[in-house]
Formats: sequence, C-alpha cells, structure tokens
Amino acid sequence: MDVMYVLIGFSLVVALGFLAAFFWAVRSGQFDDVFTPAIRMLFEHQRTKKKEHRES
Amino acid sequence: MAVESFSYDNRIVRNFAIATAVWGAVGMLVGLLAALQLFLPELNFGIGHTTFSRIRPVHTNGVIFAFVGNGIFMGVYYSLQRLCKARMYSDTLSAINFWGWQLIILAAVLTLTSGYTTGKEYAELEWPIDIAIAIVWIVFGWNMIGTIMRRRERHMYVAIWFYIATFVTVTVLHVVNSIELPVTFLKSYPVYAGVQDALVQWWYGHNAVAFFLTTPYLGLMYYFLPKAANRPVFSYRLSIVHFWSLIFIYIWAGPHHLLYSSLPDWAQSLGMVFSLMLIAPSWGGMLNGLLTLRGAWDKVRDDPVLKFMVVAVTAYGMATFEGPMLSIKSVNAISHFTDWTIAHVHVGALGWNGFLTFGILYWLIPKLYRTQLFSRKLAEYHFWIGFLGILLYAVPLYFAGITQSLMWKQFTADGVLQYGNFLETVLQIVPMYVTRAVGGGLYLIGVLLMAYNLRMTVKQGSLLQNEEAQAPALVDLTHEEEGHPYRHRWLERKPVQFTILSLIAILIGGIIEFVPTFLVKSNIPTIASVRPYTPLELEGRDIYVAEGCYNCHSQMVRPFRSETERYGEYSKAGEYVYDHPFQWGSKRTGPDLHRVGGKYPDAWHYNHMIDPTSTSYGSLMPPFPWLATDMIDVRVIPSKIRVMQQLGVPYPEGYDADAIDDLNRQAETIAEGIVTALRSQDPDITVDRHAKIVALIAYLQRLGTDIKAQSAAQAGM
Repeated sequence: MDVMYVLIGFSLVVALGFLAAFFWAVRSGQFDDVFTPAIRMLFEHQRTKKKEHRES
Repeated sequence: MAVESFSYDNRIVRNFAIATAVWGAVGMLVGLLAALQLFLPELNFGIGHTTFSRIRPVHTNGVIFAFVGNGIFMGVYYSLQRLCKARMYSDTLSAINFWGWQLIILAAVLTLTSGYTTGKEYAELEWPIDIAIAIVWIVFGWNMIGTIMRRRERHMYVAIWFYIATFVTVTVLHVVNSIELPVTFLKSYPVYAGVQDALVQWWYGHNAVAFFLTTPYLGLMYYFLPKAANRPVFSYRLSIVHFWSLIFIYIWAGPHHLLYSSLPDWAQSLGMVFSLMLIAPSWGGMLNGLLTLRGAWDKVRDDPVLKFMVVAVTAYGMATFEGPMLSIKSVNAISHFTDWTIAHVHVGALGWNGFLTFGILYWLIPKLYRTQLFSRKLAEYHFWIGFLGILLYAVPLYFAGITQSLMWKQFTADGVLQYGNFLETVLQIVPMYVTRAVGGGLYLIGVLLMAYNLRMTVKQGSLLQNEEAQAPALVDLTHEEEGHPYRHRWLERKPVQFTILSLIAILIGGIIEFVPTFLVKSNIPTIASVRPYTPLELEGRDIYVAEGCYNCHSQMVRPFRSETERYGEYSKAGEYVYDHPFQWGSKRTGPDLHRVGGKYPDAWHYNHMIDPTSTSYGSLMPPFPWLATDMIDVRVIPSKIRVMQQLGVPYPEGYDADAIDDLNRQAETIAEGIVTALRSQDPDITVDRHAKIVALIAYLQRLGTDIKAQSAAQAGM
C-alpha cells in the first residue's frame, strides 16, 4: 500500500496549496467585504449606459 | 482614474455553447442505446463497436468530458471575462482550448469503440490522448490564470475561486492517475497494480466527480443563478466558507468506492468519515442556491431558466445527501455493485449538471444573440419532459438496486442461497430497466426540443462577437490604500503564470520519474502461491480489458456469507499484485468473476462467448462472436513481457524470448480441448490457437485459482 504515501502526499500538497491560497486571500483583503461583490456582479457595465458612481 | 476600453470575446462562448448542446445530445443518445441493450441484447448488433461493454465508456466519457466539459468552458469563458472585467488572456489559447478539446472527444469516440482502453473508469483513454488532455487542460488554465492576472476588479468573486480549484485539482488528478508505460501506440499498462491501482483510480474517480462535475458547476451556479434571478446570492460569506471546506474535505473521500473490498480497513474508514462530513459543505451550497431565490419564487413560476436551475440545485442536494448515506459501510454493503449506484450518479448528472447546463443555455444564447428566446413554451415543455425523465430514470433504478441486492443476500431456512442462479436476479429487474430507458428517452427528447429552440433563437438574432466594455484600470494597492503591506508587488503578471506552469511541469516530470521506481518495490507478493500470468493469460487479460468486461462483471468477492457462498473464498489484497490495471469493477450486471477459474469447462466458456443464451437461457449478455475470428498479435508479446518486468512483475530474466513459444503451447492445448469437446455438436468446428477467445478463456480459467494451490498444499501437509 505504498501508493498511500503518494496519494496522501499529493492530497496534502493540494490541500496545503489551497490553505496557502486561503491565507493569501484573507490577508490581501479578498474577503474583507462580503456584501458588495454579491451585488456588484449583477451590474452589467456596458458602454451604452451612463457611468454609475461607485457607492461607498 | 483612467477608464480603459476593451471587449469581451463572445465568439468562443458561442462555440462552446454549441459544442455543449451537440455533444450532450450525442452522449445521451449513446446512453439511451446502452440502456436499451440492457434488456434487448439484439441491439448490440453482434459487432464490437456497438456492443454495450464498449458503448458504456463512450457514454460516460461523452457525458462527463464532452457535455459537461464543454459546459464548464462555456460558463467559465463567459463569466470569467465579466467578473474580471477583462477579455480572455489570449484568443489563440482560447482557440487551442476549443479545437483541442473537440479533437480529444473525437479521438475518444474512435478509440473507445475500437476497443482501445486502459480499463480504468472515466480514465479509459489511452496514453497519447491522456497527454493531449493534459496539454489542452493546462492551456485552459493558463488562459484562465492569465485573465485573472489582468483583471480590472481587485476582488475575485467566489465563482473564480471555484474555477481555480477546478483547474489545479483536475490537473493533479489526471496526471497522477494516468501514469502508464506504453507498449504500443495505443496500448499501455498503468504503473500501479491491484489494490494500489484501485486506490489511485478511485482517488481520481471520486475527485473527478468533485472537481469536474461539482466545483466548476458550483462556480457556474454562483454566477448564473443570481444573474437569472437578478438578485444577489443569499449569503456571500456562506459561499466562501462552503467553498474552502468543500475542497478540503472532498480530496479524501475516494475510498468510499472500495468499501468491503480488499483495501485496508483503516483506509476504508477514513474515506467513510470524510464522505460523511461532506454533507455539510455540499448542503451549504444547495441552501445558498435555493435561498438566493427567497422572495423571487414568483419569478420561478414564469421563467423556465429559473425552473431548470431550481431543480438542478435541488438534485444537487439530493445527490449530496445520498452520497454520504451510501458511504456508510452498512448501507454500501447493500448498494455496492447494484443499480442504486447508477441511479445516484444520474440524479447528479441529469438533474444537477444537465438541468443547470440547460438553464444557462436558455439564458445565455438569447443574450449572445441580442434577442429573445424563440419559444418560452417549448422551454417549459422541455423542463417538464426532462423532469419526468429524471424521475422515471432514478426511481425504478432504486427499486432495481435494492431488489437485486436483497435477492443476492437471501438465504432459505436451510441455509442455502434462495437465488443461487445469478441470472434470476437480473431478469427480475428487467421491467425497471425498461422504465429507465423510457425515462432516459424522455430526457433526450427534451434535449432535442432545446436544440431546436436554441437553433431558432440563433436564427432570429445576430451574434455580438466582441462586446464592448469599459472599466477603470486596476491600481496597485500600495498607491490606493495606506497601511496595506507591500506584498502585492510580487504579483506581477508574467512571473506568476510561469511559476505555476513550471511547477506543474516539475510535478509531472517528478511523478513520472519517482512513482514507478517507488511502487515497483512494493509489488512483493504477500501470498507465495500467487504467480504472474502466463503470456497467453496476460494477452487474454488485455482482451478482457479491451472488450470492457469490467463494465458488467466485478472481480471482488466481498467478505459476506452471501458472497462466499455464491462465488467462493473472499478476495485478498495479495491476489492482485500483478494486475495492471486492476479490474474490480463497479457494477454487477453479470456475476462476479474473481473465482470463475476452473468453475466451467473451456468449451462452456467458448459457447457462452459466442452465444450467451446457449449456456444461460434468457441471458442478457451480448454475444462476442468476433472473439473467435479475430486473432491476437503475438509479435507484441515480448514487449508486453518487458514492460511488465519494468513494472516489477517477476518474469525470469530474458523470458521475453521464450514467451511466444509458451503462449503457443498453452493455446494449442486449449484450442484442441475445445474442438474435442464440441465436435459432437458441430462436426466442422475449428478453433484457431491464436483466436482471441482462446487467450480470454485461458485468463478466465486462471482467475482466482492461485490461492487454491496454496490451500491444496496446506491440506497435503
């Protein structure tokens, strides 16, 4: 069952990669605002429209 | 702040959308043929290319990688551009991604129907195609990461996180599971054997469900469902939390496909525990999707797009409740090897993946073509027909699975099997198979309605190939906000992509170097009497794999009294050490074969293969008449032996030179024996010693007999 070490190794590498990505995301402020992004994606920014002012 | 002008690439999205619809219809048509063949064996047409055992992988690969695969690309290419406020990184990469993927699908259809397969479920494609898949997939990732790097929106919406996880994990899974040593251009042996191969395969197989059928589609859900409902997702915080927990837990759940098998118990328990935990993040996603519609249920009544999406998310919830439930060992003891598994995957495939794809298509095509949907009524019909199709598909198969399992396990008061004849348990559930085919047929009719509806929509609109858009450039954080660390500077554009790509390249190289050498040492047999296959048996085993016997026959006697009674001694891990690939199977449409060696005479197998009904009245097995007329290619035998030696199978040094002689001797004996036995029935019978059927019979007669030698020796002591 040596392949266990390989699979656990790779699974850990992937999991640790995700963990690193998570820490990076949190520390770089990706998740600071959990309200605006959900709203923002609903707007289509098309040329035809007047530019909307950012709501702060 | 400078406002930049750019355009979104809609053409590539349109291309993937068409591919999704076309391959969807093709994949489901093949599925319908397979469903019909299960109770009408005549529909196998007596030729290899259309026989169930080759058709089934075409269906599974077609639906997973052609239909859902193109669906992923369609959704990602549309939403990523808008979420990043940037055009795709490179139009060339987009085109390579598109045409590469379609060519791979075409190659898959051609090779699988011709019997070129690695024999590992959902990873059946042979090594040249595996390499092509890796390249095209990395092109997709490169294109995606490049786009993310060039984004004009600091914040990455949750869907993007799902896309990134999908790309990274599928890359690792595909590469690790596909390490194989080539013998010829379309034949290879996986480096793993037996239990190891099974574990790697299901680590891959389960995570294919996780990271090909789930995470990308959750990403699509988080973009297209709010868009279609025109309201924000219920809880953005929940979407983030359930994303991270889902990807962390999913990776470890693979062993739940191998419960009560020869896999070590602790690994089985580990897989079960993680599978049970999975219900939390999965249902987090489902609830988040459904609650997004809070206060918008009146829209669902009128809008077919939302109808499709609601059923998709609900089906996701059903399937992800059922998954953990089936991972409980005692439940799995009933469900494993039965049609319950088939019902379970189809709730996910037809409901979750299918319906979400249809919803997105109905929403997207009118948008791309700047028009309204041709017929809302037709879409409504599609919805109800498809919905009925799912019900008629899944419910009968639940009954079929449980019925058959209980019949397998039933003992009489005298302590003998009540249904000793396996065929009886199959014929019992034929009505359910018929109903399932009706359900699948309805579902396909719905898809064809959709194809017509979308075709007419396209006709009345015009494609906006490049959609103009404007957004302010992304300013470096250090200028924008005080107090933020300098960390962002290393995130310049090009270096990062190259780092990731080179990391992948290094991983691939490292794996190919390291894994074989590491594993070959571990092929030390733990059962002394287990010996390598003879050249003829090895050739026969390759035919067993190529013909796809594993699609209906398992080779794993579980340690239950009902199974040891029916088949013989339960299977031990040490018996599989020379099996490249393992052939444990997932479904018993026919009986288990691990102890079939010596059970019937050679002539019985010969008749059974040519015409199954001649030996088993009413059998639903397709006939394999070409096995008697097709010849094996003995010239490949020496290189097969050499590759096996490389993989640590202990053939004597220089055995490749003697292999053909040994093969001829063994084949001669079997062929003559069959002729002698059958001459009374058919005076003109001849059996060529190099006919494929001879090799296959040699393999079948060898199956599971090695440990009997050991017990005989012990008895003689």
